[in-house]
Amino acid sequence: MKQPGRILLGLYCLLVAVWLVAPTIVVVPMSFNDKKSLAFPPSGFSWQWYQNFFTNPEWSASLVGSLKVAVVTALFATVIGTLAAFGLDRMKSRVSGVLRALLITPMVVPGVVLAVGIYAVYLDTRLVGTMTGFVLAHTMLAVPFVIIAVSASLEVFDKRLETAAASLGATRLTAFRTVTLPLIAPGILSGLLFAFVTSFDEIIVALFITSPYLKTLPVQIFSSITRDADPTVAAVGTLLFIVTSLVIGAGLLIGSRQGKN
Amino acid sequence: MATRVIDSRDTVPAVAADGRRRWFRGQAFWLVAPALLLLVICLGLPLAIVTLRSFSEPQWGWQNYAWFFGTPVNLTVLQRTFAISAWVTLVCLIAGYPYAYVMTAVGPKMRLILILCVLVPFWVSGVVRTLAWVILLQDSGVINSVIKAVGLSPVKLIRTQTGVVIGMAQVLLPFMILPLYSVMKTIDLRLMQAARSLGASPARAFAQVYLPLSLPGVYAGAIIVFILALGFYITPALLGGPRSTMLSTLIQNQVLSLLNWGRGGAMGVVLLIATFVLLALAAPLSRQPHKTGSRR
Repeated sequence: MKQPGRILLGLYCLLVAVWLVAPTIVVVPMSFNDKKSLAFPPSGFSWQWYQNFFTNPEWSASLVGSLKVAVVTALFATVIGTLAAFGLDRMKSRVSGVLRALLITPMVVPGVVLAVGIYAVYLDTRLVGTMTGFVLAHTMLAVPFVIIAVSASLEVFDKRLETAAASLGATRLTAFRTVTLPLIAPGILSGLLFAFVTSFDEIIVALFITSPYLKTLPVQIFSSITRDADPTVAAVGTLLFIVTSLVIGAGLLIGSRQGKN
Repeated sequence: MATRVIDSRDTVPAVAADGRRRWFRGQAFWLVAPALLLLVICLGLPLAIVTLRSFSEPQWGWQNYAWFFGTPVNLTVLQRTFAISAWVTLVCLIAGYPYAYVMTAVGPKMRLILILCVLVPFWVSGVVRTLAWVILLQDSGVINSVIKAVGLSPVKLIRTQTGVVIGMAQVLLPFMILPLYSVMKTIDLRLMQAARSLGASPARAFAQVYLPLSLPGVYAGAIIVFILALGFYITPALLGGPRSTMLSTLIQNQVLSLLNWGRGGAMGVVLLIATFVLLALAAPLSRQPHKTGSRR
């Protein structure tokens, strides 16, 4: 009686896996549609939506806007989040517990409520549609991810190594630069990546604070979906999927190589 | 990477070496200060303004709250927001629990594949994923084509509550599977064998041994899914119709279309309070007993 149960469980998992992956895959054939429609399956093949993405100024401007915001956000969030993770690591556990919970609240605050509040502040301070406005809001949203990633690697970091470095005559800064930093670099790097993705993918706050002068890619995608059935969105989705797969694949490859050495 | 996110959410760092602690205590605060400052400016201030306006616009008083709780449509939407979130949590649990269990039971290669399937949804922009659900759920969509091919009559999925739940649950499923998996992988499967060898049926061994040990993961996953679902905006806005509007859409409508900051603010405060009350009520449930034990 054991065997059929296992097969059933396996089939169930396969079904769940399909449910998880299907929406990612279904976008790919849509992006080669020859007509301006989202009916499935597409009736013919063409590259026109990719062409449209790269030549239409609306799309390319929003891609550039998103990249700019995400790069600056990732840098700021990584510095601020790494500092905070170090600070929390060095505090009494009760204090750091409270502060940690506080610093992670942006992850659970309902997006629209936050967006309405930020919009109100930005209207008063003329930050709507500005680079500063986007970077400030996105950095706040991304810092929790950096804190979590860096804290995780600080937890497994053996602090006696710093003491050893100090006993061998290294100053605190030298010990940090030559011992601590290289060892927690993977945590910082994954924090940086998370921060970039958080900003690059953020839509709710962006929808409120966007302007014709600064639009991010998700906002452009959203307005395209609500306006008409434009397969360019599917082309963008496919491109994002390919780029992310390449980045993650490279990361896994580097990771497994380091593991072997 | 993402497993780590969930894992470390509530863990307190190991106690630092005592000598070092004395040097650093003063400086430690300054390391956290930039993050706190950013939090005050970009989170504290906006939420304070939303709260303030809910009482001050158009004039001081409780009028906006009286309006919110006195209008049947709003109460319907509030109730629906909770109902949809509960459905999404339930669907995620039913789909995620066996999946997470299988992740702990298979070999390392298969496990990697299963983990990749959980993480793939994160690779594609959230908005694009919602578009994919439009393609899948629409009347001439993939799901209905399959249903027709089998010979059944097509189902209305897009712009219905069912469609919203299917789409939202897919987006939130990883947040259920990852905490479940991180708890389940610590459960010693020999305990089940022991229960069986003592004469328990498989069902009884599961109900009395495995299930109680996995509950912290169930609670942690359910809380995070429910809370994230309460604040969902994009998926219900694109997949839903007028009969599946959620609170977030109503708030956005009040502020951006009607420019009514007071009413939008009051709704926002209601949603915010609901979120934090739930968090406060549920947080103690998701503590893992063995972890708290080792912390002391």
